[in-house]
Amino acid sequence: MAECHPVGFQWVMEAKARGAKVIHIDPRFTRTSAVADSYVPIRAGSDIAFLGGIVKYILDNDKYFKDYVVAYTNASFLVGEGFVDSEDLGGLFSGYDEEKGSYDMSSWAYDGVDEEPAGGAGHHLGSGGPSLDPSNIKRDETLQHPRTVFQVLKRHYARYTPEMVEEICGVPPELFHEVCEAVTANSGRERTTCWVYSVGWTHHSVGVQYIRGSAIIQLLLGNMGRPGGGILALRGHASIQGSTDIPTLFNILPGYLPMPKAGDPDTFDDYLDTIRTPEQKGFWAEAESYVVSLLKAWWGDAATKGNDWCFDYLPRITGDHGTYQTAIDMNDDKVEGYFLLGQNPAVGSAHGKLQRLGMSHLKWLVVRDLNMIESATFWKDGPEIATGELKTEEIGTEVFFLPAAAHTEKSGSFTQTQRMLQWHHKAVDPPGDCTSELEFFFLLGKKLKERLADSVLERDLPLQRLTWDYSVDEKGEPSAADVLREINGRHLSGDKSGQPLSAYTEMKPDGSTAGGCWIYTGVYADDVNQAARRKPGQEQDWVATEWGWAWPANRRQLYNRASADPDGKPWSERKAYLSWDADQGKWVGPDVPDFVVDKPPSYRPPKGAAGADGLAGDDPFIMQADGKGWLYAPSGLLDGPMPVHYEPHESPVRNALHPQQASPTREVYKRQDNLSNPSGDDPGSDVFPYVFTTYRLTEHHTAGGMSRWLPYLSELQPEFFCEVSPEHARERGLEHLGWATIITARSAIEARVLVTERVVPLTMGGRTIHQVGLPYHWGVGADAVVSGDSANDLFGLTLDPNVHIQESKAASCDIQPGRRPTGPALLRLVEEYRSRAGITVETGNTLKTVKP
Amino acid sequence: MTYDPATASGWVDAPARKGFFTDTSVCIGCKACEVACKEWNAVPDDGMSFLGSSYDNTGALGASTWRHVAFIEQKKPVDLGMPSTARPGADGDGRADFRWLMESDVCKHCTHAACLDVCPTGSLFRTEFGTVVVQDEICNGCGYCVPACPFGVIDRRIGEKDTPKVGVAQKCTLCYDRIGEGLEPACAKACPTKSIQFGDLDELRERAQSRVDVLHAAGVHDAKLYGESEGDGVGGMGAFFLLLDEPEVYGLPPDPVVTTKDLPAMWKKAGLAALTLLAGAVAAFAGSGS
Repeated sequence: MAECHPVGFQWVMEAKARGAKVIHIDPRFTRTSAVADSYVPIRAGSDIAFLGGIVKYILDNDKYFKDYVVAYTNASFLVGEGFVDSEDLGGLFSGYDEEKGSYDMSSWAYDGVDEEPAGGAGHHLGSGGPSLDPSNIKRDETLQHPRTVFQVLKRHYARYTPEMVEEICGVPPELFHEVCEAVTANSGRERTTCWVYSVGWTHHSVGVQYIRGSAIIQLLLGNMGRPGGGILALRGHASIQGSTDIPTLFNILPGYLPMPKAGDPDTFDDYLDTIRTPEQKGFWAEAESYVVSLLKAWWGDAATKGNDWCFDYLPRITGDHGTYQTAIDMNDDKVEGYFLLGQNPAVGSAHGKLQRLGMSHLKWLVVRDLNMIESATFWKDGPEIATGELKTEEIGTEVFFLPAAAHTEKSGSFTQTQRMLQWHHKAVDPPGDCTSELEFFFLLGKKLKERLADSVLERDLPLQRLTWDYSVDEKGEPSAADVLREINGRHLSGDKSGQPLSAYTEMKPDGSTAGGCWIYTGVYADDVNQAARRKPGQEQDWVATEWGWAWPANRRQLYNRASADPDGKPWSERKAYLSWDADQGKWVGPDVPDFVVDKPPSYRPPKGAAGADGLAGDDPFIMQADGKGWLYAPSGLLDGPMPVHYEPHESPVRNALHPQQASPTREVYKRQDNLSNPSGDDPGSDVFPYVFTTYRLTEHHTAGGMSRWLPYLSELQPEFFCEVSPEHARERGLEHLGWATIITARSAIEARVLVTERVVPLTMGGRTIHQVGLPYHWGVGADAVVSGDSANDLFGLTLDPNVHIQESKAASCDIQPGRRPTGPALLRLVEEYRSRAGITVETGNTLKTVKP
Repeated sequence: MTYDPATASGWVDAPARKGFFTDTSVCIGCKACEVACKEWNAVPDDGMSFLGSSYDNTGALGASTWRHVAFIEQKKPVDLGMPSTARPGADGDGRADFRWLMESDVCKHCTHAACLDVCPTGSLFRTEFGTVVVQDEICNGCGYCVPACPFGVIDRRIGEKDTPKVGVAQKCTLCYDRIGEGLEPACAKACPTKSIQFGDLDELRERAQSRVDVLHAAGVHDAKLYGESEGDGVGGMGAFFLLLDEPEVYGLPPDPVVTTKDLPAMWKKAGLAALTLLAGAVAAFAGSGS
């Protein structure tokens, strides 16, 4: 965090000064480790074993927060008889379909919930998880029934002992014990612990399950919905949270509404049914209001009940259209054009070669960026030009470079990881031809509409009828505040017609309201840009709800009903936050209650009640279909109801827990241009004996577009380097400040060598594992102040099935002293490694490795 | 009474002496100070050289580096409460405890500043804030100040003809232009963890001492101040430090002495020698006349 988020890290330092204990668990000793109370080196790709070990410690030693767990989680719910745990099937859960490489999840359901869970998972489901009817769920609040989630969990993690943690993660038992003690001692009624993660957890073939692992720990310890608790995701950019809320993702619409899918049935009602069931508890039951308001925002008067609010104007998805599938499709000549906006896939995406070769198949490519990044120049100075794989004169891609305005040169909002929107005002005009994204898209939309104005084709109606009217200043810049106003939404009829909505609960399914993103409703309440509020912290209470605006409804802490006990009293004075005031008949506290404000703790819904009315007074997890925190996910995750340790797709280590080596549901691409190293103890795996991981340095920003063109930043880290331990350097003859060549089945790259004791060889299962650390900021090109080989060229494409995120934080490699060959000789070196390891397109891609 | 260099230099009603307290125990090595300094003061880049000195590719303070963050990777048994790791699974001959120290270095703005003493043009001067500043337009590039500095801070800028202020002596001004307007220096402003603190020197010294007390109470016995004492060889530094190890570990001289300290005595001796010579010559003449 200190390394990549130094500004945010000031609060960690402040907490530390007040006595907070900071533990850093990371394959690499970073600037964070330097100031942490303790540092735990871990093998990249082994975190679920570590987290599972903590779960076991909590359960074995009765360290869980019993009152919280019984009341607020699904610990007491009974799982159906058909469920078979991965512990009993060699690493697979019940329902695995070897042909499809996926699960039929019906056997994972709660006992008494017969219906098929809604299809899809991850982002397809939006933020509320899958829908289900909770009314018939069976419970045992003593937690003793063998099919309670609690007992299922206990059995599932029974083998995650400290010794197993050592064998898988390379963390010695004493150090592991120290973490378990610290985390549990700092949790309970009086204290809370938070977990902070970043892409070191998400960039894995089981990334979602990493987060689930910490969710289980936090729910068991009562650290969710309470001050000082939570699981905090650090983002790689200022508004990554914003770009999932108002998504740049292919499979969701604003506010985590799922993108409709092509196929039968495909009506508006079918679509709504995939979001909610009528019997469901919580606020997703009102999804129709959110969808109708969104469609009214986009198509205005053209959207009527008679035409299902123009639902059919929305494009349909037919499968995975994520960034990696798209890059593959480019290589197969299925994609004609590509927009890159502040994105440098030639350097920043996994499998750089596949990205660059893909772009060479396009008809056109638009790059909007601050600088002439490698993705804009690969056709003349990329690595494939040097190897002869590409020839400039043979590339048909027409590349348009459009210079972009920086954030200081335009107004707008950033949504940070706390879901807080903060407005930034333009400080200076953009130089030269630079324009904001907003201006670019506004003009592009206008031009498209002009071009199609006279069309009589039905397919052009969505564009013709799209509302596209924003006020423009004297320089031609559309008003970002207008856009935020549209996102907030307004009343379309009645007394308040034209006025902004103040909360999403005002949204209606009858077309009388419009709003571009239901969860953002309220950001323009009272026609005031609430995101622009900057009341200093010392002028308000410690929660500071008058700084910026956080969705939903300006809540700073989600699920904060859980900060009080089932009766509505604070769990402790020290951790008091929200409480039920019986005299006033409402929830009170320094934050906006994440609950129906006047619903008493004693409220019990009548049979059959749905939506918000279906939530009991002690159901704090209001977006879950059953109102409870999920220790066990009966549906919604494609790769299992509980996290299981699997080895990364490429690993020099055999899975110590199961015959099932890697995730059986990971998305693999068997292609000649996407070969994998052999894994575990497969023949040839010894050719790639080391683990490598990639990361960022404070001095640079991701693929370098914002830092490698700046001399002041470039001089601080001018060259691509690899970090290795002195022991590893001795083993391979690597010299400090010399060069090393790092090789995988995809490519070979060269880096300067930094021998450092910050890299620790791990002893696990009687062997020593060396890890190579690679910052991924450099790329091959001629325009930047500094350039170098790109670490992401080493990775292939293997994805998490839930969210299609690539596994790019753990893989295997070889490392040799000296510089890599250049020209066609580089390809020969990689080919020689492939042949030595016996690599074919099948290598490493067998999903099911547990034998019947 | 505390010696006030501004008053001693002739300033009347000088404001309180200003300085930096750099607390290395909370430095996270982000180098925001280096970049903010260059941005504000329009200092050019210092070359794209990979030094591999841990994460330090700046090397040292110089004409084009007015803040420098040192990174020290250290094998050492550490005090309680400080970050450490033993090599997992290490047996007897395995790794000792390890820590990574970071320190943002800067011009010390000495109470007795040799650079200023030797400057023949008056380019280097003592400001009303007690700081030491180079006036670029007066400096003739003679370079006397360069070897005079006991810390190796000030340097003449080498570079191509189009490099700004080439040939002229350069160093930290404690953002003279900013503090004159009531702002804090760029580096302190940019520091996210308050490792660099700017303020009245008296107050900073008090704050620093209480920080040391806190660290000592937490078992960090090696925590010590460097440059806060008026009794040291430069009469106390306007920019002083909290260190977690001996100054040498950070590349700082353990006992810096103003290099002009002996000048008066030397002049005295030189004068005496001259007189003696003169007397000898006179005597010689007198002798020859006899």
